[in-house]
Amino acid sequence: MNVATPQGEASLGARIVDDGIEPGAELLKVENVSLSFGGVKAIQDISFDVKKGEIRAIIGPNGAGKTSMLNVINGFYHPQEGTITFRGNVRTKMRPYMAASQGISRTFQNVALFTGMSTLDNIMAGRQLKMHKNFFWQMWRYGPAFNEEVEHRLEVEKIIDFLEIQSIRKTPVGQLPYGLQKRVELGRALAAEPSLLLLDEPMAGMNLEEKEDMSRFIIDVNQQFGTTIALIEHDMGVVMDLADRVVVLDYGKKIADGFPAEVQASQEVIDAYLGVPH
Amino acid sequence: MDLLYNIFVDPFVQMAGTPDFFLQVLWEGFVTGTLYSLIALGFVLIFKASGVFNFAQGIMVVFAALSLVGFHALGVPAYLALFLALAVMAALAWTVERVILRKLVNQPEIILFMATIGLSYFLIGLGEFIFGGEPKPMITEELGLPTGSTVVDVAGGIVILQHIDIAAALIAAVLVLGLAIFFSKTRIGRALRAVADDHQAALSVGISLNQIWAIVWFAAGIVALATGIMWGARSDVSFALQIVALKALPVLILGGFTSVPGAIIGGLIIGFGEKIFEVYWGGLLGGGVEGWFAYVLALIFLLFRPQGLFGEKIIERV
Repeated sequence: MNVATPQGEASLGARIVDDGIEPGAELLKVENVSLSFGGVKAIQDISFDVKKGEIRAIIGPNGAGKTSMLNVINGFYHPQEGTITFRGNVRTKMRPYMAASQGISRTFQNVALFTGMSTLDNIMAGRQLKMHKNFFWQMWRYGPAFNEEVEHRLEVEKIIDFLEIQSIRKTPVGQLPYGLQKRVELGRALAAEPSLLLLDEPMAGMNLEEKEDMSRFIIDVNQQFGTTIALIEHDMGVVMDLADRVVVLDYGKKIADGFPAEVQASQEVIDAYLGVPH
Repeated sequence: MDLLYNIFVDPFVQMAGTPDFFLQVLWEGFVTGTLYSLIALGFVLIFKASGVFNFAQGIMVVFAALSLVGFHALGVPAYLALFLALAVMAALAWTVERVILRKLVNQPEIILFMATIGLSYFLIGLGEFIFGGEPKPMITEELGLPTGSTVVDVAGGIVILQHIDIAAALIAAVLVLGLAIFFSKTRIGRALRAVADDHQAALSVGISLNQIWAIVWFAAGIVALATGIMWGARSDVSFALQIVALKALPVLILGGFTSVPGAIIGGLIIGFGEKIFEVYWGGLLGGGVEGWFAYVLALIFLLFRPQGLFGEKIIERV
């Protein structure tokens, strides 16, 4: 078990996503966020930050509010209280597609792919925001729009190579096994060249070999592209290996925050996982 | 014996005996079929993108055609009136998205369906208020659509082809081809299919549901206008057209609610089917089978292939 340190500039790869934030500086800051659904308090007064270039894990028992937290960051939910600062901008109400246009991509706990479309089209859909040629050209699929299509296809091929899914390029994703679907979903999120990548249980339901593959991809994405990653994961071994810093939630509250080794040693965390009456 | 003869032998003897008449019947069936396909296409577009059966599609056909005729009656030249009618459909799409769909995101589909029923009654009222209730002739000639007919000598007889019917078939083919390419090959088409598959995931890659819905409703509006012109040219533009639009239901059951090719094939099957059945078997049942043939065929399909010919088979794990 390695004790990770916050990543410095040296470990970042050649293709760093340029979002105007220095490596190691705050990319995302969540401050005093509370979210409730009617009487159910999903998240209570949570604050944490994600630094540029790190892998940040959010862990906690079932129902701790991890996915709700991700949905808040992503704009699916609007918190009743608190602020979220991304790339230096405090934002109020934000729609998910606006979050996407600011550089937040995500995957889902239950794979949410466009099942009727091929792997290629799914990943192309991820480049939605990168394509700008107008409606008129697209109608005729001619001229600038055609060139644009070709240019983006090239980028998508790079992602397909990176994730080693060349052989399923044209397969409708609904027919793929679960592990590969998760990989395609990661590809779609990467296609947007995000500055913050949110992964909701990227390894849930995978076997050991698939988990190892996925871990490798996550590390490669982080190091080669310099993508900042916030992930939710249940597999403790994986989290402790991958993450630079960990935040622990339980019953919608933050109970620990720090380096993996610190968090592991925290009595509150141990209680939360083993179950102590509240 | 007589009955069996009349069902199984006589119709075919007639078909073989007067092949020119049979061809004429086939042609009529083909033309009606393309028109059904066009109507069904409007439904499929919206169903694909939002999972909503748009009950208002029929009245959109009437509304589009009435706008066109109405603008022309005000003295606007035909082509400008066509353009203005398109603008009306665009405005309608935008308003529907703003006022109805945006408020109902994430609601169950039945709620959206009810909303489209409400919309259709609103449009009927608005249409009657603006344009009046009486039927109006379509401005076929002014739009430059051909009106004559060609007589073709075949199989020892003649077949009469109305030029307007040929135009209708051509326009339908162009629309369908254009939409098919648009949906499979372009970014917006891809976004549209993405929205149809998974709203959440579509949002997460930066697709704006609002924009897509407005585009889809506008596309359905264009189809409605084309349908309105073609149906209007054959009968008149009246509110009765929206009942004809309900024929799209059996077409969709045959073709599958989510398939553009399905809408085309379904429309053609019903067009051919009802004409042939009416002419050769209708007499046995006292005639008038054209009215219900499509629905009975749809019923049979529901029993044996509920997802339609090209629809997605939905398998639920339990």
